[in-house]
Amino acid sequence: MNSAVFFGLSTMAYIFAMILYITYLAFRKQEVGILATTITIAGFISQTSAIFLRWGEFADLSGMGILKSAPLTNLYESLVFFVWCLILGYLIIEFKFKNRSFGAFVTPIASLMLAFIDLTGVSKEIQPLVPALKSNWLLAHVTMSFFAYATFALSCSTGLMYLILTSKKRNEGSYFFWTITFGISFVVLVAMGIDLLAFKVAVKPDVFIQSYLFKASFLNPSTTIKIISWVMAFTTGILIWRYGLLLNSIVRKFNVTVEMLDEITYKSIAIGFPVFTLGGLIFGAIWADQAWGVYWSWDPKETWSLITWFIYAFYLHGRLLKGWRGKKIAIVAVVGFVAVMFTYLGVNLLLSGLHAYGSG
Amino acid sequence: MEEKKNKSVIDKFWDLLASVQLAIIIFALIALTSIIGTILEQRADEARNLQVLAKLFGESVAPALYTVFNKLGFMDMYHSWWFITLLILFSVNLIICSLDRLPKVWKLTTEPMAPSPEEKLRKFLITREIVIKGPAATVRDTVTDALKQIGFKSQEVTEEKGFQFFSQKGPYSRLGVFITHFSILIILCGAIIGLRFGFKGYVNVPEGTATNLAFADRGTRNIPLGFEVRCDNFDVEFYGMSDMPKEYKSWLTVIKDGREVLKKSIAVNDPLTYEGITFYQSSYGFMNEYMDRGIFLFRLVSANGQSSDVQLRPGDSFQIQGSNISGKILNFSPALRIDEHGHAFTYANQMNNPAVLIDFSESGTRTLTGWILKRHPETWQLPNGDRVEFLDYWGVEFTGLQVRKDPGVWIVYFGCIAMSIGLFIAFFMSHRKIWVKLIEEKNSTKILVGATANKNRAAFERKIDTLLSLLGRKEKGEK
Repeated sequence: MNSAVFFGLSTMAYIFAMILYITYLAFRKQEVGILATTITIAGFISQTSAIFLRWGEFADLSGMGILKSAPLTNLYESLVFFVWCLILGYLIIEFKFKNRSFGAFVTPIASLMLAFIDLTGVSKEIQPLVPALKSNWLLAHVTMSFFAYATFALSCSTGLMYLILTSKKRNEGSYFFWTITFGISFVVLVAMGIDLLAFKVAVKPDVFIQSYLFKASFLNPSTTIKIISWVMAFTTGILIWRYGLLLNSIVRKFNVTVEMLDEITYKSIAIGFPVFTLGGLIFGAIWADQAWGVYWSWDPKETWSLITWFIYAFYLHGRLLKGWRGKKIAIVAVVGFVAVMFTYLGVNLLLSGLHAYGSG
Repeated sequence: MEEKKNKSVIDKFWDLLASVQLAIIIFALIALTSIIGTILEQRADEARNLQVLAKLFGESVAPALYTVFNKLGFMDMYHSWWFITLLILFSVNLIICSLDRLPKVWKLTTEPMAPSPEEKLRKFLITREIVIKGPAATVRDTVTDALKQIGFKSQEVTEEKGFQFFSQKGPYSRLGVFITHFSILIILCGAIIGLRFGFKGYVNVPEGTATNLAFADRGTRNIPLGFEVRCDNFDVEFYGMSDMPKEYKSWLTVIKDGREVLKKSIAVNDPLTYEGITFYQSSYGFMNEYMDRGIFLFRLVSANGQSSDVQLRPGDSFQIQGSNISGKILNFSPALRIDEHGHAFTYANQMNNPAVLIDFSESGTRTLTGWILKRHPETWQLPNGDRVEFLDYWGVEFTGLQVRKDPGVWIVYFGCIAMSIGLFIAFFMSHRKIWVKLIEEKNSTKILVGATANKNRAAFERKIDTLLSLLGRKEKGEK
């Protein structure tokens, strides 16, 4: 059996679990919930085996030994690992808080990401490594960064849910904030989807994403398409704003209290922040020092992780010392994750820098 | 009167510098302004950023914007006066904030615990009450045991109607946040020391030559090393037939006062350090101007199996032993490619696909001219069965070294370790205090528990419930 089979199985399991979790949310049938959890766990086990199999395949192929062959070296592998962390975090929360409702929120993200990987044709090949990536620091730096990213992702989703639950009027600032954040993410995803459909050409994925991003919509040479895209984007935004309260009634069904959401948001950040500082910033700096002779060079990846760090420092000081609670702090948690996503994907796709090799 | 007013202004200023508000504002400012430097390329050519600005704001305004942004220091913003000011403000805030809070926290940390009166005990955030049969004197041991089981070594006092136990854990965890804050200052100090007393530079060393200086990354300064570094050999390995390097290595020798003092091969992620100066493998390339002193290593194999190794320079001739074929090296290409019309051309200035053009003669008359490629053994074969194996080349490549001296780096690392420890303490440890008061009643003893934790109260509460269930179980067992 090779890793690809197990990866395929786990993708299918997550998609199936997503349907079950949503059904569970709608009908509250205990058996459906248990089945959803079982299938998620099965998918998780399958994905875990797949990662280890790929690790072994890579070690055999490269002959570099186990420690340096962790399958965390390109966009595909990092996305898979991110999903793995996310599911792990979710399962822990499900067992700890005895609440299945988040499954309807997390499994769609997991399935969407895995489906995105399949559709974009992000290269799944095991790729040879440039010399700079051959280091013992790879494993520690990348696993810890992604562990932290996953905790931040959780805090973002609970923060968003908090905002959805507590914003009851359409003219509230927090309501504007969450609908706009939601709207932009949605529009960006759809635009990337259209890019895919429009340019399904066999080009290398990194070239593909960088040079074709938004070319089918916002950056199209034709002015008409450009205008249509913008009009569509605004209409979507307004629709989400108009009907966003519907989501409120859906989230209400989750059976979660706002206090619990606030607590999960804080706890995930309190765990993610030290891990991110050590694994992301400090180990990254030490590795850069080994490879390039500078522990800090203000390249975009480094700078964006520092920006992320400052936003979460802002969150922690605001909450612990200023006693901020509620919407204000939930907004900071969501903004923090936007910075995380930019550090992870935006820098590679939109900006250039020393880390450019991470985009293959 | 006047002086009093002045003092209050100073006090206000001090309070401002010590405030969390200011800290939060600085976090936001650093985060927001840092974005600029990730969009505009730092220390780049004017043309590149003009292009970026034109893309973002349109051709027409780009030049004007460039002038304004340049004045504001955006083109090298992390070294601009205002960003440095922000960082200084950040440090000052950190220092004053810590000085402001440390005495209070230090008191909380070092203060010895004292027994607590009943009214106060009942007002703690965590309180529990349980009644157990038996006199206080017998319950006493049960309580000490149970406290020990949940990990608290308790002090004990005898009171009017019974006993009181109290204990605390992790008072020093309150200092975690100060360690974290202080570590940031250590890191900044290390960075300043590195900037002030160190340098960053580079040097390209051709194979077989030595250098005693490096070139600064910024400006045109030459940095004397105080010793010589010689590149004995350089080698690059590719993935299969691709141009993607798998590994590149330089064999370096350090020469001090005419003596060889250190030999080491370096690769990416594996540098060499001598007298505080570190050499990193960063790039490599081919030197056209060194072509005439380059050496090629061939193994000449005749059709009847005689073989000999020869070292040749461009323009040299050779004779294959045991055969009547001779050759002359006409040309060399570091990266040869043949286009669709059959023309050979050099496509890169790196040793991606080294090839030599050889003019062959048979018993003195020219027969053929052809390229022999190091990567493609099929080109080694001659029509008459002889073989010219292209084994190696030497002396025509340079190794690109990053040269750095940073006496502050160990301070930075020390700061990083301190920060990890500080964060761990600050987030995963807490100061927990517990008081247990035994009050003897008629046939039983009332146990009052009061407790505080400065973090993660829920977890401590669970612990205390364990304590109570331990006490309850004991009671049942003794019945």
